[in-house]
Amino acid sequence: MSNLPVLPVALPMAAGIALIFLRNSPSLSRAVALVANLIVLVLAAQLVETVRIDGVQVLNFGEWPAPFGIVFAVDMLSALMVLVTMVVSSATLLFATVSLDDARERTFFYPLFQFLLVGVNGSFLTGDLFNLFVWFEVLLISSYGLLALGSERYQLQETFKYLVINALSSTLFLIGVALIYSLTGTLNMADIAVKFPQISDKGSAGAVAIVFMLVFGIKGALFPVYQWLPRAYFAPPAVISGLFGGLLTKVGVYALYRVTSLFFVGNVNFVLPVLSFIAGATMLFGVLGALSQFDMKRVLSYHIISQIGYMIMGLAIFTPLALAGGVFYIIHHILVKTALFLVAGAVEATRGTTHLKRLGGIVDTSPVLTGLFFVAGLALAGAPPLSGFVAKFMLMQGGLEQHFYIMVGASVVTGFLTLFSMMKIFRYAFWSPEQVPFSGRGGHATRLVSITILVGLGIVLGLGAGFAMPYATIAAEQLIDPSAYIAAVLGSQAR
Amino acid sequence: MDVPILLVIAVTLTCGMYMVLERTLLRVVIGLGLMSNGVNLMLLASGGLGAGTAPILHGQRDYGASPVDPLPQALILTAIVIGFGVTALLLTLAYRTYQSVGSDDLGELDGKLTDE
Repeated sequence: MSNLPVLPVALPMAAGIALIFLRNSPSLSRAVALVANLIVLVLAAQLVETVRIDGVQVLNFGEWPAPFGIVFAVDMLSALMVLVTMVVSSATLLFATVSLDDARERTFFYPLFQFLLVGVNGSFLTGDLFNLFVWFEVLLISSYGLLALGSERYQLQETFKYLVINALSSTLFLIGVALIYSLTGTLNMADIAVKFPQISDKGSAGAVAIVFMLVFGIKGALFPVYQWLPRAYFAPPAVISGLFGGLLTKVGVYALYRVTSLFFVGNVNFVLPVLSFIAGATMLFGVLGALSQFDMKRVLSYHIISQIGYMIMGLAIFTPLALAGGVFYIIHHILVKTALFLVAGAVEATRGTTHLKRLGGIVDTSPVLTGLFFVAGLALAGAPPLSGFVAKFMLMQGGLEQHFYIMVGASVVTGFLTLFSMMKIFRYAFWSPEQVPFSGRGGHATRLVSITILVGLGIVLGLGAGFAMPYATIAAEQLIDPSAYIAAVLGSQAR
Repeated sequence: MDVPILLVIAVTLTCGMYMVLERTLLRVVIGLGLMSNGVNLMLLASGGLGAGTAPILHGQRDYGASPVDPLPQALILTAIVIGFGVTALLLTLAYRTYQSVGSDDLGELDGKLTDE
């Protein structure tokens, strides 16, 4: 047993606490935050390799044996999620250091950022259901702070709504925890996976499934409970929207992957058919919402929703190929979506607006930014040879093999509409002549560096899919057959 | 013992949900508080209710007849602390929103989704 699994939580927490005291020196804060992020990035990469070589990593806190104490259990999906979290958060942090105004930097942006990472990484790593609730609260409370940072009127009112809907879903989460505890008598996820099939009352098991689908549906912005997302993500500066759009909804998606594969598949019959309906509806309604918008940040926010549909599509098909495609899609989406939001942030920082009808001519003032947006937009729409193509290809192949023709049809339509919507942004904001005369300075080079890192990884992930795919395949196999996960967590008890 | 506590949970959750659907900022906050209390009772009931002995070892090897399950109480304690923190934040945010919007009517908080 090594302490590696706890470090992605412990180090950001230590950094966050230290950063509280450094609030009056922004330059020192930036350095500390960046260094802490890069250290955790290296550790996360090491964690992925450890899991690939040695299998599932388990850490029993306080040496309490598994079903009694709290455990961190890291399989390939968890490790990959932590790694990609650290990649995008490092790039976002780099972007934030040159984009945020002084007031926001001084009012605890960096500590809140680190505490958000504590919550996100904790949610990915934990192997205990109640502990998952606690990490959700950690990340949510940090996200309330980040959303409201700046205290503009629009931010405050949207944060209030965001807080209410999330407090409500946390209440539902606790109802689910109480139900599952009274049915199985345990909260350790591996132990629940063993005991869930033994529940005699199938109706109650179904009720648990409904509660958890609703909870993680709200957190992950699935149809029909996604309406909170576009407004909330429009409110803060684009850096913060980018971080949220990349990471937060994906925590909900990850949790849904986890509970569905461990508890519900094979025990509650209606979960996968319902999820396949939800996946198709989420894709279509999200992309139709995006088509109706004329603001870059809003269009991108609606695309988050439609792409979450693809991730749930992988889960709903539940074959090794489709699940690997779903995992690949999550990673691709986190990188590319954050990159697109950062492009919007760079546009916002130089032009002062992201409204498409007030932009234009960016191709003349910053050609590099235009190129980055073009590549990222194509990757999002799924053009070969970029990362989105590989992920969508696997999902559709998996769907056709299992005869999910309607859902595959919906995903093809969504892909075309996504391309259309990206071209709309490209045409209005970048390609067309200036609609409002602009005579400002060009962008900041550091911003371009951080966007280039993310877009570059998107290209690498597409061209180097042969290298990246084994990791996604391992994650998918561990999801389909969780016996290794369960054995790793409960093994110490058998000894 | 089961039916009375179920009734209490149901009434608390229903009242809370009703208040969350009100249009006044403060009532929404109170409603969420009520709901989290109802859920805490639900966690309490999930361990099973009844007269048992305290789950403490006094030197001997076993707990005696039927010890009660101590875990739900630990869960509730955690949930109360988190609920307290969230409610404090929610109240602050509601007050700041009231200050900047100038109204406590949620209808006034309608962010336009189209051009502004």
